[in-house]
Amino acid sequence: MLPRKDAVIIGLGWTGAILAQQLTEAGLNVVAIERGPYRDTSTDFNVAYMQDELRYAVRKDLFLQPNVEAMTMRNTAAQTAMPMRDYGSFLPGHGVGGAGVHWNGHTWRFWDSDFSIRTHLTQRYGAKKIAGLQLQDWGVTWNEIEHSFDQFEYLAGISGKAGNLKGQVQAGGNPFESARSREYPNPPMKMSYAPTLFAQTMSGIGYHPFPTPSANLSQSYVNPLGIRMGQCTYCGFCERFACGNYSKASPQTTILPVLMKKPNFEARTECEVLKINLTPDGKHARSVTYLDANGVEYEQPGDIVAICAYGLMNVRMMLLSKIGQQYDPVTGAGTVGRNYCYQTSSAARMFFEGKHFNPFIGAGTLGQSMDDFNGDAFDHSKLDFVGGAGINCVVSNGRPIGNRPTLPGSPRWGAKWKQATVDGYQNSMGFSAQGSSYPVRENYLDLDPSYTDRHGRPLLRVTFDFPENDIAMSHYLSDQMEKMTKPFNAKVATVSRIKKGWDAVPYQSTHNTGGAVMGSDPKNSAVNKYLQSWDVPNVFVVGASAFAHNAGLNPTGTVGALAYWAAEAITTQYIKNPGALVHA
Amino acid sequence: MIALELALKLAANKNRIAGVDFMQHDPRALSRRRLLASVAAVPILAASADGRTISGELPWSPFAGEPPRPVNPLGWYFFTPGEAATVEAIVDRFIPGDHLSPGGKDSGCAVFIDRQLAGSFGQSSRLYTKGPFMPGLPTQGYQGDLTPAGRYRLGLWALNDYTNTTYKKDFRALGIDQQDAVLGGLDGGKIKLKLKPGFSTKEFFELMLQNTMEGFFADPLYGGNKNMASWKMIGFPGARYDYRDHIDKHNQPYPKGPVSIYGQV
Repeated sequence: MLPRKDAVIIGLGWTGAILAQQLTEAGLNVVAIERGPYRDTSTDFNVAYMQDELRYAVRKDLFLQPNVEAMTMRNTAAQTAMPMRDYGSFLPGHGVGGAGVHWNGHTWRFWDSDFSIRTHLTQRYGAKKIAGLQLQDWGVTWNEIEHSFDQFEYLAGISGKAGNLKGQVQAGGNPFESARSREYPNPPMKMSYAPTLFAQTMSGIGYHPFPTPSANLSQSYVNPLGIRMGQCTYCGFCERFACGNYSKASPQTTILPVLMKKPNFEARTECEVLKINLTPDGKHARSVTYLDANGVEYEQPGDIVAICAYGLMNVRMMLLSKIGQQYDPVTGAGTVGRNYCYQTSSAARMFFEGKHFNPFIGAGTLGQSMDDFNGDAFDHSKLDFVGGAGINCVVSNGRPIGNRPTLPGSPRWGAKWKQATVDGYQNSMGFSAQGSSYPVRENYLDLDPSYTDRHGRPLLRVTFDFPENDIAMSHYLSDQMEKMTKPFNAKVATVSRIKKGWDAVPYQSTHNTGGAVMGSDPKNSAVNKYLQSWDVPNVFVVGASAFAHNAGLNPTGTVGALAYWAAEAITTQYIKNPGALVHA
Repeated sequence: MIALELALKLAANKNRIAGVDFMQHDPRALSRRRLLASVAAVPILAASADGRTISGELPWSPFAGEPPRPVNPLGWYFFTPGEAATVEAIVDRFIPGDHLSPGGKDSGCAVFIDRQLAGSFGQSSRLYTKGPFMPGLPTQGYQGDLTPAGRYRLGLWALNDYTNTTYKKDFRALGIDQQDAVLGGLDGGKIKLKLKPGFSTKEFFELMLQNTMEGFFADPLYGGNKNMASWKMIGFPGARYDYRDHIDKHNQPYPKGPVSIYGQV
């Protein structure tokens, strides 16, 4: 038993670092317990050898290793879940900084119509339109949380162009975004050829492209904590890599230099929390039990416990600790594991002749996007689905092990393959539709009955397939993308179409959401609007686990905002009067 | 005496393999980082808990990075001489030498695969390898119990078993047209090798193709992509890391050739 702390934070990624920063500012004594190693730019993200595609992108050196924690998956409850022996479809982070180390940096705000999605869609189309979907309001409104988005964007130095300033639509920005209180902290990145061509072509046919909001910095920047970041060099080693240039926002580049120096903060790395210990009535968290690197077990008591791991692991930690009731897809009872969502995506690729796209000049978020077909920006009244997708033309890299587009029908090896590879490398560009993922009764998370981790604890089991609504949405978007390719006059254009049967092997997206969703009703949400457990009020569960659905937008901007939002509730309300902040 | 020398040499080789093996370490093992931390001046190391307790300072210790170590291209660490010759023949059919680039063998792809199989990739040391092993659905990924090293050992034996049955020759002794026909048969599902449940012929083919391409396109330090031939072929500048001077030059060729991590130009 170790000395008591005011707050114990599980996981030191984006959300853990933001909570630790805000709680220590308020004077609390905070310890963060992190399963992975301490990592920092100068020592671990070395500019001399970070450009190693094999090590970081293919062998996934910075990611969570399945031998540390795997998950099982199946498409339907009738199947037997099998372990993902290697992570493929999504790649969770590991160590200090978490997935904030190796993300691309697309930094979006979910829309006002996302936070009140059930109300919004019911008012516009009637309740019948969304029958069969477990869409629900998030319990927090846009006006309440907008300033939390602003806090995260200024912390991270996001480079972009506002499209809606206090209700006034701004030229060059995203006209479909919800009203923001001020401009982005940095101007957009410079654009390479492909996104420039994309924006010109899409504007030409009446769409509304704008620079993708980016956590790769367009210029050097000093954030509100006084931490200096550098200009992005468009190196093309962003996602799956850490940044050696201090140009990609991460806990390391935006918070840790200040946080780590605080006397009222302590980080324990290579220490894995096994469970949260509750009082006998199950209504209060006393402590957490963790193992250090040598397998020695410790108990760390704390007044507040914040679960700040990757979203999927937040859910597992709740289930292992018996916080809240497991969701049952048959009866609909229980809330932990409910509304697990993913992302529903497809892509267009075009081949030209005689071009120099130079795909290696890239950055995680170097690109142009448009939301003409995202969310409810377009009329769904004559369509057989709800939801939509952001269209993104992003040139993240030209790394050749993973990125060698060839004309459809080209062989995959031999002399003709080689010529096709040479022809395709400089002559190809693409764009993609990152689609929403809406909750249905049968997609959920629970603990696997057979497979266990290295400590003998059950693995998380993911039961997921793309719902019919989302497949219809995605096919509609594929149809739209086919039309969008026409004015490029490419030699060949292809558009992918999603199929039923989520496949755990090829990489798709590390945007796993839900499972411990926020809301205003403890019957259908695991945490309240402040991300506080309904069942154990001194536990806060922070991350994309709180998303009640997933939009056609990358999650990190909203994850960062929710972290600030929860931290504000703790520092301004909870510590003055500990207990449930919402009485349902 | 000679046997002893050989044993020592092998041991030295093993150590070199361990050196390459930075990619996946058991997080519970005492890492070099923590070993350094325990002797270097790290801010406040609390006695209460192992792992690492950091407070009051941004931690930093010198030489804490883990730079990659280039492979020694001589000899075979995993393959038997016969296996190595088979793999050299295969990588040369996947990537034949022509006016665009040297072939897979001369580019070092077989050496690359050998070193990968001798290291943590070959042993699946970072993967989830607990049982029970049961047949899964295609959407659930590989569920066999063989590591990549085991899959190559069995697969290469089965490949020669097939060619000896069909052509009375080892794969490497076939003409290139026959080799192409056999590889095409593995690729297209027309040939089924004697493997084992949970490890299909198609999976063996995909593993070899993937690893060959990794070797051909990875940084040369791993043994393949000799002289950055593949990067020169497609126009990938390698480890340059700064394109601010060319981001605005739309649709113009990039003027500089590739560099590797260890500074080869």
